[in-house]
Amino acid sequence: MTSHPAIEATGLEKSYGNGNARVRVLRGIDLRVERGTVFALLGPNGAGKTTAVRILATLTTADSGTARVAGYDVVADRRRVRGAISLTGQFAAVDEKQTGEENLRMMARLSGLSRADARRRAAALLDRFGLADAGGRLAVTYSGGMRRRLDLAAGLVGDPQVVFLDEPTTGLDPRSRQELWQVVRDLSARGATVFLTTQYLEEADQLADRIAVVDHGLVVAEGTAEELKNRVAGHRLDLVLTSREAYLRLASRAVHHAPENLTLGLPTDGTSARVRALLDEIDPDGTEVARFALRGATLDDVFLALTGAAPAATGHYQEQDQDQDQDQDQDQDQEPTHV
Amino acid sequence: MSDALASSRTHALTMAGRGIRLSRRNIDAVITAMMLPIMLMLIFVYFFGGAIDTGTEYVTYVVPGVLLLCAGFGSSSTAVSVSEDMKGGIIDRFRSLDIGGAPILAGHVTASVARNVVSTALVLGVALLIGFRPSATPAAALAAAGILFAFIVAISWLSAAIGLLAKSPEAAGGFTFFMMFLPYPSSAFVPIDTMPDWLHGFADHQPVTSVIESLRGLLLGLPVGSAPWVALAWCAGLLALALGLSGVLFRVRTA
Ligand SMILES: Nc1ncnc2c1ncn2[C@@H]1O[C@H](COP(=O)(O)OP(=O)(O)OP(=O)(O)O)[C@@H](O)[C@H]1O
Ligand SMILES: [Mg+2]
Repeated sequence: MTSHPAIEATGLEKSYGNGNARVRVLRGIDLRVERGTVFALLGPNGAGKTTAVRILATLTTADSGTARVAGYDVVADRRRVRGAISLTGQFAAVDEKQTGEENLRMMARLSGLSRADARRRAAALLDRFGLADAGGRLAVTYSGGMRRRLDLAAGLVGDPQVVFLDEPTTGLDPRSRQELWQVVRDLSARGATVFLTTQYLEEADQLADRIAVVDHGLVVAEGTAEELKNRVAGHRLDLVLTSREAYLRLASRAVHHAPENLTLGLPTDGTSARVRALLDEIDPDGTEVARFALRGATLDDVFLALTGAAPAATGHYQEQDQDQDQDQDQDQDQEPTHV
Repeated sequence: MSDALASSRTHALTMAGRGIRLSRRNIDAVITAMMLPIMLMLIFVYFFGGAIDTGTEYVTYVVPGVLLLCAGFGSSSTAVSVSEDMKGGIIDRFRSLDIGGAPILAGHVTASVARNVVSTALVLGVALLIGFRPSATPAAALAAAGILFAFIVAISWLSAAIGLLAKSPEAAGGFTFFMMFLPYPSSAFVPIDTMPDWLHGFADHQPVTSVIESLRGLLLGLPVGSAPWVALAWCAGLLALALGLSGVLFRVRTA
């Protein structure tokens, strides 16, 4: 085998519907994922993440553009691509009325393993995913986190080179999310290439070697977490303001808003000259800014600056952000699917 | 090529095993599919039977119709299971394992046939208990079983195609309703000549009638004429239609 990248896509476009109802879901996406790395496609609801994954996983075809996965063309060599990949979709794909073990054994048989090998493989996967004790129970009795792990295990029966995970942690509580992150790290340590989509900045930051930010069907930024943070503004100046008027006047320039304590975060490069100039400019009389703090930009800021949308999770600053994070999870659960 | 064939066979067998396992765990659906025809049989025999003159014991007249209603109703639930698969994420997973539409649908059809064999046997058992006395030669009984089997296979595939067509499992459930009512305008419960004239054309020529007439004739040792051939032709035609339709629909739905 030559050293081709695990995934290479050029100019992917895809629309749904006709005439006025036509939606351009992907508007020319280029991607390149090196083998053995973890790549995150980060974007808000409706950005086109699932569509991109489905094209790369050969489940749907692009209107134009080309893609190669594991060195094979996703259209011309569909069968070979399918032999090299696995997909764990956004919506659970296990039979609730089968036990964990039966689900895995079925997938193993479908991947071409003999009966005996399928049994061994199922047992090994249950063990690896911490489901050994639950293996004999119907999946309907599993918690959300267990089901997600089973779902992931079911995708791994065939030892895929490239693993697609579409929003693997959406709807999980923080602890299950941590467990799933560990699973992804293990996968990567075993040499698989992982392509995951997420709405969570923190997730991309934690797991991915490289990140592409998609919005409205376009890649609006691509790079390592570090590069992306640097691209927007190296730092953020957080200002605690003295009045609501000042807060409202400056709100439009901010990349971070916390109205409950009149705090705004403004982008800056962090040099003392610029910070001083910025403070002088917004508060010439020295009355409107009570306190300030300088911090390195986070992916949240990147996301906001690049997509213009509020991120799904606001990560690290405050305690209450964690709660907000969970609220978001529940929203996800209740949202009707777009099938 | 034979490699692909062997793996298709493994796929179909695995999918059939899945379907049967899921049916077993969804036993209430199987029981409903059985209870309904049994209830109808009891109602017809004990409530209406006395008022209906068919020239024979009413129970003897009605059992073939009930068997068919049971088969049609039971087979049509395939639409719901197929639709559920198409709606959930599992279809993507199957496809990413390079499993074709045919093995997936064949798995559902196999499970449906297995369910129907069980429920037909049970309905027949109840019929015997309440006084149904067939007078068929073994060959005729076998022929009747064969025709019923063909009907179950055809309706199950048709139902699978409907499951692909339906936008949701609830909509797919509508087909069950249709199959439950199709036997009424036929000779299932009352002779067709007691119906209004305008219904005769439909009732005489709809597929269910030829199947019932064959079952009745074969089970009761009456002359059947061409009915079995007409019935088999209907089943073959419906099956061919269903196979073609489901092939196309699967490709459309998964495009
Ligand atoms: N089969 C389809 N028919 C019509 N529109 C579709 C179809 N699939 C997706 N869309 C539309 O394409 C857009 C992008 O969908 P996609 O599922 O790729 O987004 P996403 O980034 O995965 O979003 P989410 O975070 O909600 O999962 C949405 O507006 C969606 O309604
Ligand atoms: Mg999605």
